[in-house]
Amino acid sequence: MTPLHLSSYTATTCLGSGLAATLAGLRDDRSGLQRCTFESVELDTWIGEVAGVDAQTLPPALKHYDCRNNRLVQLGLEADGFADTVRAAIARHGKKRVGIFLGTSTAGILQTELAYRRRDPASGALPDDFIYRTTHNSFSLAEFARDYFGLEGPAMAVSTACSSSAKVFAAAARQLALGSIDAALVGGVDSLCLTTLYGFASLQLTSSQPCRPYDAERDGISVGEGAAFALLERLPAEPASGSILLLGAGESSDAYHMSSPHPEGLGARLAMEAALRSAGLTAGQIDYINLHGTATPANDAAEGKAVSALFGQSVPCSSTKGATGHTLGAAGAVEAVICALALSHDLLPGSPQTRQLDPAISLDYLLSSRPAKLRHALSNSFGFGGSNCSLIFGVAP
Amino acid sequence: MSACTTTPLTAWIEGIGFLAPGLPDWATARAVLRGEQDYAAAASVLPAPAILPPAERRRASRVVKLTLAIGLEAAAHAAADVAMLATVFSASGADGHNCHALCEQLATDDRQISPTRFHNSVHNAAAGYWGIATRAMAPCQVICGFDASFGAGLLDTLGQVIVDQQPTLLIAYDSEYPAPLHAKRDTPDCGGVALLLTPQRTARSLASLGVTTTELAAQSMPDPALEGLRRNIPALRSLPLLQLLARGEAGTVCLDYLPPMQLNVALQPC
Repeated sequence: MTPLHLSSYTATTCLGSGLAATLAGLRDDRSGLQRCTFESVELDTWIGEVAGVDAQTLPPALKHYDCRNNRLVQLGLEADGFADTVRAAIARHGKKRVGIFLGTSTAGILQTELAYRRRDPASGALPDDFIYRTTHNSFSLAEFARDYFGLEGPAMAVSTACSSSAKVFAAAARQLALGSIDAALVGGVDSLCLTTLYGFASLQLTSSQPCRPYDAERDGISVGEGAAFALLERLPAEPASGSILLLGAGESSDAYHMSSPHPEGLGARLAMEAALRSAGLTAGQIDYINLHGTATPANDAAEGKAVSALFGQSVPCSSTKGATGHTLGAAGAVEAVICALALSHDLLPGSPQTRQLDPAISLDYLLSSRPAKLRHALSNSFGFGGSNCSLIFGVAP
Repeated sequence: MSACTTTPLTAWIEGIGFLAPGLPDWATARAVLRGEQDYAAAASVLPAPAILPPAERRRASRVVKLTLAIGLEAAAHAAADVAMLATVFSASGADGHNCHALCEQLATDDRQISPTRFHNSVHNAAAGYWGIATRAMAPCQVICGFDASFGAGLLDTLGQVIVDQQPTLLIAYDSEYPAPLHAKRDTPDCGGVALLLTPQRTARSLASLGVTTTELAAQSMPDPALEGLRRNIPALRSLPLLQLLARGEAGTVCLDYLPPMQLNVALQPC
């Protein structure tokens, strides 16, 4: 693909809101996970909850979008002055020429879960104040962002479970290549809800301890929430040194099982190979891999096999989900931003919570962060339904 | 800075699949759209997916049956190997019945939901079953654009066809929510359209498609019953285009997308 410029980016997770908090957390190998006290949830698990979401107030004209998920959208957009860079891009390109591509798995389904507790005892009807379109529907975050910026261009939500906000980078790159837009707001937002907490628990995929990706004793995920965004634009003729670039994207399907990865990581390998082809790079040119690394026994075993088959044991890699939790549909964008930080701040992120690499997995796994000069970073995101996406980022010399 | 896309995004249509209330397949829809047969309102008929093993076939949800029906119909129409096809699924919502059952249970004291209900709750559940059924390991996109889902799906499909130069199967579909969610989102029934698009003209091409954006008003269907389908089932915002295709006529139609942005589609039969 033609390289694209991440002209600005930001991330908000349980590590904190914005790039400074995220970078400091990564450098210090800090984890933002806490014991689950969310809403009325009674599960023995740890979660990555973002501070201050409920305190967000949406603009009066956009009140119909009000729900935890869209409050998190706004909190994330306003971090690092990112929203101002979007407004500047709209001023440069026009409100019809900036597209919106946001990933989510559950959007604002929490709003519907809460509404179901307030059904009319006689008729069973949902309360009058519940609005499906602008809170629960998977498109609601993209429509909210479009209205938040007064945009009139194309918009879509990608919802492929935990690969959603990696795949938005590929979708936006295609529209930029077609010339249908000149800039893209890409990103992912997912917020805590009962469906995912009880759902992953029903599959026995939640851990009762903070998640320990790639650890021999890993036993499940810590569900998190997050909002991460990037502004993608065509590359200037001479990009400034240090500019972060999207170099490649690869997508594939496992065609194997709804909620288990292919045991040999076949789909994962296809996605990574496609990303390398898309970037015109070889495996040896990748300096860091941000693994999907959910900390379930099956995911890490399958991904580990695929990565070591393709890259051997020489590429430093880590999952950062011990720091952020698994932010599900936001994970692709959160980890894209983590790769951007790694590239621009010469950092190999570690894996807080992981104590000892699973001896059955042959990787150069980073337990702790350390400084290193990177040129290219690859990020993996895999989701239910066997949906895989790998992205490759680089830094302009 | 240009206000609209002026160079058409061009692809060729090789196969069509269709299912809607009263219109069980493309052959029936084609006859109705050509005016050879009257539209008769009826509930959507979702065929049992023969491609799935018997146990899976019985358990298959309505959206899985719907997407397999129209996707396989379009692929068969084009004599394409489904195992090799990239796909774009676009739907205004996920499985409404499954969603209702989950929310209902999560509102009680017993929140131990079924693992199958949970994995079927993802927006890409139908796409996941498609992969398992067809063994397709190619890229599979899953989009939601609420009422704009057809246009959003078409734009990403054109991206894959033109930029990635690969035949891509667009499967745009919608299904209904049961009460009480139905009062908040009143999609009446299952319906959808599948279009297999290719980057080059082939011996099997039915027509070429050229898409630009516009701010014109979308075309409606002259027949009130068909107009009802167009308005109530987001995937069927495609009906004016399908009418041209059915009639084998060259022409241009404006389809509803995301106001104020609409899609202007020029069709040229091969």
